[in-house]
Amino acid sequence: MFPIEKHHMATSIEDAVRALAEDETSQVIAGGTDVLIRLHEGHGDYRNLVDINKLDELREIRMDEEGNVLIGALASFTEILEHDVIRKHVPVIGESVNTVGGPQVRNRGTMGGNICNGAVSADSACAALVHEVDLVIQSPEGERVESIIGFHTGPGRVSLKQGDLLKHFRVRPGNYKGFGASYYKYAMREAMDIATIGCAAAVKLNGEKIGELRLAYTVSAPTPIRCAGAEEVAKGKPLTQETLAEIAKAVEADVRPRTSWRASMEFRLHVIRTLAQRVTRQAAERAGGTF
Amino acid sequence: MQKQTISLTVNDKKFTLDIDVRQSLADVLRKQGFTSVKQGCGVGECGACTVLVDDMAVDSCIYLAVWADNKKVRTTEGECRNGKLSPVQQAYVDAGAVQCGFCTPGLVMTTTSFLERNRDRKVTREEIRTGHAGNLCRCTGYETIVKAVEKIVDVAEEE
Repeated sequence: MFPIEKHHMATSIEDAVRALAEDETSQVIAGGTDVLIRLHEGHGDYRNLVDINKLDELREIRMDEEGNVLIGALASFTEILEHDVIRKHVPVIGESVNTVGGPQVRNRGTMGGNICNGAVSADSACAALVHEVDLVIQSPEGERVESIIGFHTGPGRVSLKQGDLLKHFRVRPGNYKGFGASYYKYAMREAMDIATIGCAAAVKLNGEKIGELRLAYTVSAPTPIRCAGAEEVAKGKPLTQETLAEIAKAVEADVRPRTSWRASMEFRLHVIRTLAQRVTRQAAERAGGTF
Repeated sequence: MQKQTISLTVNDKKFTLDIDVRQSLADVLRKQGFTSVKQGCGVGECGACTVLVDDMAVDSCIYLAVWADNKKVRTTEGECRNGKLSPVQQAYVDAGAVQCGFCTPGLVMTTTSFLERNRDRKVTREEIRTGHAGNLCRCTGYETIVKAVEKIVDVAEEE
């Protein structure tokens, strides 16, 4: 049995927010693929749970009147990757979450949990960063919107406060229209593994040149990151091997990988440079470019 | 500790159960005699506890029993009808995909879901492998398992 001390099944978003605000030891449980494992391992920090599984309004994936793509915090990875709106408008989000764990984990795990638990290796984080998704958050004071840029504040930390509940992700049209995007997860195995390095790129072309590059990594710094230096270097450059090499060189200054049991810092840097070229190229090709 | 009453169907039979909110679905199913549900790793890696909840494969060891309230649960016990194995179960037997057998009930449920979700299309060998990546088998080396699945799905020609 899991060492749960208190379990509150929320009956509405307001009820969940109230329960979370009321007790500073309480934590949200959604799909449970992280929280229940933490509990199984005996961690004390998830003993008081506010369960949002009955809040079906948080499962919704759709496009609103203004062309924003909305992904409910409780939508499972499988629901995301199979949804027509995702496939048509932000396919890189579906491709990213398709690399999480195995089928059973994807049937339960949520993008809400993947982002809110602050994991440095979160498979959905790179795609969220290149599409600059907004997080629509409910708190006792009301609703607020935060950008994914800056949402991660440290390893395993995000800018949520006690009483905050993520309702959904929102991708604005300006952040997906006209972009080609790609994600590559480098891991030791092809399934059931944590990324050694994850990399996503989104490219908007300006004629034959790169109009805008957005390049993001996981496990390459204390949080998932965007690469301002490499993105600046890419601006206005032609689609050539030399441009890709310049991006790969510039990215070294944007990242801060470390040595862990999974991989050494040097090896990670090698993967980071390689993926900068491979993923940028594929994103540009998906935007309609040729090298 | 908090008790709760849940109503669910397991293999088409209705159950109303008083459960402890700390229990996993795997705990509750085994207590009701559905011992095909194996607890292996306990952390959602090995898939030995795979059951279908509303026809979706889940690791029942990391699925709270309270979430099964008003849901339809399927285990491999319920897949045989009138003493006859399901096509998936029969394919495992015919392909010799069972050795020690501990992973088999979970794999059978994963295949059952895979089959139902890919009914109207051809699948590749690669898709069979990724579709079963959440189940570990330490005996067979997976070859016979993939062969069992190939017997019952529409296999696409490899490029």
